Amino acid sequence: MAISMEKHKMPEQDPKVRAHNFDEVALGYDEETAVAEAQRCLHCKVPMCRKGCPVSIDIPQFIAKVKERDFEGAFEIITMSNSLPAVCGRVCPQENQCESKCILGKKGEPVAIGRLERFVADYMLQKGEDIKPIEKKPDAQKVAIVGAGPSGLSCAGDLAKKGYDVTIFEALHVAGGVLSYGIPEFRLPKDKIVNKEIDNLKKLGVKIETDSVVGRLYTVDELMEEEGFDAVFVGTGAGLPRFMNIPGENLSGVYSANEFLTRTNLMKAYKFPEYATPIKHGKNIAVVGGGNVAMDAARTALRLGAEHVYIVYRRSEAELPARAEEVHHAKEEGIDFRLLNNPIEVIGDENGWVKELRCIKMELGEPDESGRRRPVPIEGSEFNLPVDTVIIAIGTGANPIIGTTTPGMDTNKKGYIVANAETGATTKPGVFAGGDIVTGAATVILAMGAGKKAAKAIDEYLQEKRG
Amino acid sequence: MFKVLYKKELSPGIFDMDIEAPRVAKKAKAGQFIVLRVDDTGERVPLTIADNDPETGAIKLIFQVMGASTMQLASKNPGESIADFTGPLGTPSHVEPGMGTIVMVGGGIGVAPCYPIARAMHNAGNKVIGVLAAKSKDILIFEDRMAKVCDEIVICTDDGSKGIKGFANNAITMLHDRGEKIDQVTAIGPAIMMKSICDTTRPLGIHTVVSLNPIMVDGTGMCGGCRVQIGNETKFACVDGPEFDGHLVDFKSLMSRSRMYRDEEQVAKDHICHIGLGR
Repeated sequence: MAISMEKHKMPEQDPKVRAHNFDEVALGYDEETAVAEAQRCLHCKVPMCRKGCPVSIDIPQFIAKVKERDFEGAFEIITMSNSLPAVCGRVCPQENQCESKCILGKKGEPVAIGRLERFVADYMLQKGEDIKPIEKKPDAQKVAIVGAGPSGLSCAGDLAKKGYDVTIFEALHVAGGVLSYGIPEFRLPKDKIVNKEIDNLKKLGVKIETDSVVGRLYTVDELMEEEGFDAVFVGTGAGLPRFMNIPGENLSGVYSANEFLTRTNLMKAYKFPEYATPIKHGKNIAVVGGGNVAMDAARTALRLGAEHVYIVYRRSEAELPARAEEVHHAKEEGIDFRLLNNPIEVIGDENGWVKELRCIKMELGEPDESGRRRPVPIEGSEFNLPVDTVIIAIGTGANPIIGTTTPGMDTNKKGYIVANAETGATTKPGVFAGGDIVTGAATVILAMGAGKKAAKAIDEYLQEKRG
Repeated sequence: MFKVLYKKELSPGIFDMDIEAPRVAKKAKAGQFIVLRVDDTGERVPLTIADNDPETGAIKLIFQVMGASTMQLASKNPGESIADFTGPLGTPSHVEPGMGTIVMVGGGIGVAPCYPIARAMHNAGNKVIGVLAAKSKDILIFEDRMAKVCDEIVICTDDGSKGIKGFANNAITMLHDRGEKIDQVTAIGPAIMMKSICDTTRPLGIHTVVSLNPIMVDGTGMCGGCRVQIGNETKFACVDGPEFDGHLVDFKSLMSRSRMYRDEEQVAKDHICHIGLGR
């Protein structure tokens, strides 16, 4: 039987319809499509896909189970390595990871590993199979996890499976971190997916204390000395939004992408006033930046009713850091890409509200230290973009709360925690760290991988401590 | 869930409420704030801590009913609970022995958050002069508490119904004119009051600290909605503040940004009244 060179398509909501609702864009495979897609897998003797996975899921094995229609078996294989499969199936950049290594990708399209992972996870969530709690050892050692985002959840899941007594301390009123406040509902449904996967962790026996800002409520030292934790994992993420430091950035109507997305996703401002948190519904909106967060903000703005949404990015299309799929979706929905444009000033009206975004046109020069061609301003090419809202999505930095309240745990000059890449061990004994607070803003799956590695190292550390 | 332990309406629309949050009460320091959410659809509301009792686990909040969320909060009775309560947040006030003479200026309900700072300053052995300012004597709050931790109390009312007739900055001028050597003024209250205090102390060369309460979402440094212009820098009130050098604060931008959701606030209030959640 000849193997199709293309992935099976995944149905999606029509762009014209979905641009006005918050329902999920991609609808997922049905059973038949999933099995057919699984049949494309060649089952290589040396499966390269697995090497491309930051959490080393046994990809060929789970695909083999899908082929046999043993979806539960497939789920078991995935969850041996991954605590949040329904999330990863949706937001992992598979094209740079597992799928980039697939041998089929050399001549055609790789196996749709991400879509299959999503199918298996969704199948099991729908089935509502009860997760059995892992029995804790009667004298289980206690581990505190700081932050209920991807790295913390993954670290907690692995440690709970090993029988440790695990408590996650989360600053916000809900768990999930960026999965809850950052990634929009239309890419990652909260009640249907994120909360269910977190509930599954709770069923394993992981305790989650929300409304608990470590560094203020307890310091890391107090967790270990007074609250009786034997080890601490810090996964607080890179949550501090960066601004451009251009004039007018503090005018009313200028948001960080974090604020815009937090209001919409976490606080559900799109359901205002049923939900009490408001958000401004701008008509003409400029989103500054070219990453996934910029795409999320732009597409969210559209769904809140904006008439015209621009992406303003200083480099060209080839350098856009966002996933190709996100750029494609944004374009389909009508986002207006203003590439090689750099904002230089936000201009306000007499009441302190955004009126225009002043930009300068750019051209690409010689490659810079990142290897990308450096954007250079074209003299005299300034122009004003008429907008009433500006959303800054140029990245985030380290939150200072833990770094400044944990003596003995070194941070680098940017405020990120210094930690061993393989174990997550920090310079403070018993304290481990991973995810964006170590690497700077990266992806959900890399953070999960770091949480996983740290869980292994924490297990070894605690076994040794016990002696 | 966090239980309401005590509620009293001090004057029309101004409430004194104790909430049970033992972990926060144990840790709270002068100048810090909390963020609460009344229920599962509620917004995150930042309020400065007016007092904390590590023994009973109570945090005292003084708030004025302004919009939908404070209306809902005010409707809660002792024994009932609110959904979320996070704290203590923000960088504590700088307090140490030997700071000299501190004038604590509280305008309106701003007197309440002045109290823990005045107490800490007093306990550290500094001389504390409390300036309590209100529109009229009926809405003066915390006079007894402040009297216990201040060496002197100066009251000013806009209408002259008690103390000096005039604004808080008149009291600063009065203290200065009588030869009081003021080492620091800390002012908490409406932005316009803090601005006029700063305008008064700037030519006198008195170091002035203000506690800012801009619009916030998370309160932990994540959203940047609370950013304020301090000199040439943009700072986040939730993690870098809430206290800043008043002479460096761009009050114009602060006031303009805090009006950002005025229309929505009205919509939310109408909604709450309409569905009968308000008082």
